[in-house]
Formats: sequence, structure tokens, C-alpha cells
Amino acid sequence: MSLVPSVKRWTPASRVAVTVGIAALAALAAGPALFGANAVDKLTTLFIYVILAVMWNALAGYAGLVSIGQQAFFGLGAYFTARLADAGLPVYATLGIAALGAGLVGLGLSAFMLKLKGGEFAIGMWVVAELAHLLVNLDTLVRGETGTSLIALNAFTSEARRADNYWAALAGMALSLGLVFWLLRSRQGVAIQAIRDDEAAAEAVGVRVAASKRLVFTLAAFGAGLAGALYLATATTFQPHAYFSPQWTAYMVFMAVVGGLGTFEGAILGALVFFAIEALFGASGVWYLVGLGATSLVFALFFPKGVWGAIEGRTGLRLLPIGYRLIGGENKQIVASATKSA
Amino acid sequence: MILLNQILQGALLGGYYALVACGLSFMFSVMRVINLAHGSLAVLAGYALYVLADRFGLSPFTGMLIVAPGMAALGWALQRFVLERASRAGLLAPVLATFGLSIVIDNLMFERFGADTRSLAPFVDDLAYASWALTDDIAIGKLALMTFAAAVIVLGGIQLFLTRTSYGRAIRATAEDADTVGLIGVNPRVANALAAAIALASVSLAGLFLGLRATFDPYSGGAQLIFAFEATVIGGAGSLWGTLIGGIVLGVAQSLGALISPQGFFLLGHGVFLAVLFARLAFDDFGARVRSALAGGRA
Repeated sequence: MSLVPSVKRWTPASRVAVTVGIAALAALAAGPALFGANAVDKLTTLFIYVILAVMWNALAGYAGLVSIGQQAFFGLGAYFTARLADAGLPVYATLGIAALGAGLVGLGLSAFMLKLKGGEFAIGMWVVAELAHLLVNLDTLVRGETGTSLIALNAFTSEARRADNYWAALAGMALSLGLVFWLLRSRQGVAIQAIRDDEAAAEAVGVRVAASKRLVFTLAAFGAGLAGALYLATATTFQPHAYFSPQWTAYMVFMAVVGGLGTFEGAILGALVFFAIEALFGASGVWYLVGLGATSLVFALFFPKGVWGAIEGRTGLRLLPIGYRLIGGENKQIVASATKSA
Repeated sequence: MILLNQILQGALLGGYYALVACGLSFMFSVMRVINLAHGSLAVLAGYALYVLADRFGLSPFTGMLIVAPGMAALGWALQRFVLERASRAGLLAPVLATFGLSIVIDNLMFERFGADTRSLAPFVDDLAYASWALTDDIAIGKLALMTFAAAVIVLGGIQLFLTRTSYGRAIRATAEDADTVGLIGVNPRVANALAAAIALASVSLAGLFLGLRATFDPYSGGAQLIFAFEATVIGGAGSLWGTLIGGIVLGVAQSLGALISPQGFFLLGHGVFLAVLFARLAFDDFGARVRSALAGGRA
């Protein structure tokens, strides 16, 4: 061990993890050929949950912007899909365009919503979601809560549709993971976390606060919109209240908080945990929701770093090379990150 | 005449919003916490009053003698066991914790009371619909006027309490600087818990008038939270009389929106909220630039 520590990003563990991760994504592409119909549907849902978890975690965990109104973009993603498909665009192309549309709405909203702080931002976003819901209800295609459905999907056989949805969700998940991973590793990623930890100090050292926040907010809007569009492709019916429901945000909060707010691995783990819990207890209805709320509450109060944070704290394990580690030096091995203060 | 009537009814409705917003605004000004379970707690108080009336024949007003202290105790516990801990954990934890709490409360109420809507109106004779006719077109509802009066009394009462009593001064001092008040013999934890107790006692009143003027169901809390928040922000966060004005502006906007279309009620309410928010933020920016220009800095 040398006395002078060195700063490293990649470790043997993270090299293995990233390689395995990419290989797993590639292998999952063969899913429809290997798994039964039920498993393919379940995995499609899981991919959508991962998108929601990773995106909300980027927004709240990394940028410190806790939004209770991400259902606005989830709903808009689904609505834009229904609208564009009705206009005659190819269904699977509309998913991506709708997500971009939701991102664009996010970009517009960022101009003034991001000036709100903490709880004000959280509920302010909820108001935005309510407003989006009311405006969508005015559309003659949707006709209030009557809703509409993605009739264009009828052109596909149910097997083809199932496989296409699966691949679309898998591609959406891979894209979301890639975008967030790239963002967090970039200069912007460090800036975003610096703003979360101390906005005034970050500004003082030259971080462009407004631009950094806008970037992550827009990305999160795009992600939620993508998830909404994909969900509509699986559900086919669009009823506004089912998509603009704060329940979606409750799910996002649960996944990010339980998995580990502000850790990339934690969000994925949270989505897996949520997926498993839903499979086990989802049928018990109300008590299941009580359990989700209570778990979020307990984790927020007593385990703010979530399950992954506990694993990381015990073992120093970091599977994805997001931060930096200080290796060597006088102590045997100091694990540090450029961003985490404690 | 119809327009005048809508404005008048909207202003009276604003009294209800001010009453709902009062506890939210008070907790925000003292503890800097926005309680996302605020609306759910108001609905919880409504159900408590309903059970007392339905099972034990207590009129909702008598029921308040039990529910208001009960909610105050709940407020004390909420501060001691949830908010105090969450505030120490940073800015995000109170938002996440109170959001989790609201999900728990909403779904427990659903588990207990089901999806049926409830109202307290049947327990108060004709109060819910009795009115005084001013002219042929304009009538003032007894309940609406009573709600407005309650809002003025509660907001004024809290204002007097904060300025004229030693407990009130302790709460204000804690809001200014929770670390320093310890030096002058104020226990900041007690002061904050007292503030939370007062806030939730006012929430029980919000629950009372929610139940009297309309129906509610287990998931009505979200809408109450949003209305309370809008009234608070329109009036200027943290100012109690501003909250009354904010409530009136919101109520009038909704009533006028309802003239345009059925959805206009909510659309115009949210629209005015966002417009005020946008104007406030733009004005803050402008004010900051003016201040820095006056201070000789570069604008």
C-alpha cells in the first residue's frame, strides 16, 4: 500500500457488474422466445417499474427534487400516445414521440416550477398533475373519464403485441438506465449532487444551478412519459384518472426510498422489491397500500439510505462506477465518493 | 347579478379554504415543514365526527369537544415521533415521511369505512341548506357564513395567541432560531410540538366544515391538501391573514370558473394559483435584481 491515495472510478467489482448488466440486458432480448406469456407480461411490467424508479431516483435522490406530481408526465406520455396513434402514426413509433413530448412539457414547466423549494415544489407538481388531468379530460377524443383505447394495437395478433411490448419496454429500460448512468457520471451529474447537498455553495463554486436542475427535471419528465406510454401499450385502455393518479408517485417513492435514495443500484433493487411485493400481496388490496405507505414512512425516518445504502455501508460494495473512490493512502482502504459527505 | 352572486359565494367558500389552509400555513411558518398528510388528517377528523354522531348521537359541534383535543394530541405525537426526526434527517425526509403517512391514513380509512361518501349535514337539522335571502338573486347560506366567521376567528385567535401570550412568543422565537431559544429557557421541542397541536386542532375544524358543507370519502384528503396549499401560496406562504385572502381569491376564481363550464371550477382555481405563483417568482427575481442594483452590485 502506498502512502499516497489514488482516485479510482472503476474497480474489479464494478467492471464485472457492468459487464454482467449489459450481458443480462442483451440476454433478456430473447425473452419472448424463452418464457411463457405470463412471464413475458410480468417482465414487461417490471421493466416499466425500473424506468419509473430510476428516473424518480435521479430526480429526488440525486437532484433533491422530491416531486409528488410525476404522474403528470406518466399520464401525458399515455395521452400523447393515444392522440398520435389516433392521428394515424405507427403505434410503436408514437411511444417514443409521446415520451419526447412529455419531456418537452417538462422543459417548459422547469422554467418556473424549479424555483420552488422542498415541500412547495412537491405539492406544486401535484397541482400541475391535476391541471394536466383536467385539460386532458377536455379533449373530445378522451371525453372526460370515458377515456379511449389504443385501437391501432388491434392490427397486431396478441402474441405479436405481447412480444413487441416486451421489447419496447426492454429498450425503454435500457435507454433510461443508460441515460441516467451517463448523466450521473458526467460533469452535470456531479453538479446536480452538489446542488442537492448545498445549493448556495454549489453556485459559489461555479455550478450553473438552473441549467443542471433543468436537465435532470426534463430527463425525469421524459422517463415518466416513456413509462406511461409503455404502460398504455400493455393496458390498451386510457382512462385519465388511472394514469394521472398520485398512486404512481407513491410507487416511485416506495421503490426509490426502500431501495436506497440517491444510489443507482438502489433504485433497480427497489423496483425488484416492489415487483416482488406486488406479486405477493397485490391481491390483498387496501392493506397492501397501507403496507407500502407505512414502509415508505419507516424507511424515510429510520433507514434514509435504504436497503442498498445498508449493503453499501457494510461492505463498501459499489457495483456501478458512478462516483469516485479513494484507494490506498495511510488507512488500509478508504472508500469515498466525490459526492457523499457522510 | 349572477356575477355578483358568484363572487359573493366564492368569497364565502374562500373562508372554508382559509380554514383548511390555516394549519398547513401555520406549520410551515413555524417548522418549515409542509405536511403532505394535512388533507388526510382533515378527512380523518371528519370521519371521527361522523362516527360520534352516527353511533353515539353527538351533534358534530358537541363532537368537536372530543375530536379537537384528540387531533391536538395527534399533532403533538406527529411532531414528536415523525416530523422532529424527519427534520433532522434533512429537507427531503419530511416530504417523504408525510407522504407515506397520508397513504397509510387514506387507505386505513378506506379499509374501515369503504368507498361510500359520508356527510355531517344530516346531523345538524337544516343548517347545511338554510339561508338568508338578501335580494331575489342573492342568498347567503347560514353554514357558509358560519364557516367564514370560524376562519376569521381561528386565524385571528392564532394571531393573538402568537403575539400576546408567552407560549406564542416562544413558538415565534423557535421559528426564528431553534438553537438559540434554548439559551433563554425555551424548550424548542415543546414549542414545536405545541405548534403542531394547535395546527391539528384547527385541522379538526376544517374536517368539521368539510363534512357539513359537502360529502367526503377516504380519498378526499388529496384535494383538501391541494386547496389548502393553493390558498397558502396565493396569500403568501406563512402569513395568516394572507391565507384568508388567498382562500378568498381561490374561492372566487373557482366560482367564476364554474360559470364558464363544469370543469372550469377546478381549472380556473389551479390556473389562478399558477398565475400567482408565476407572478410572485417573476417579481422575486425582479426584486432581487433591483435590490442588488441599489446595493451597487451588477444587476
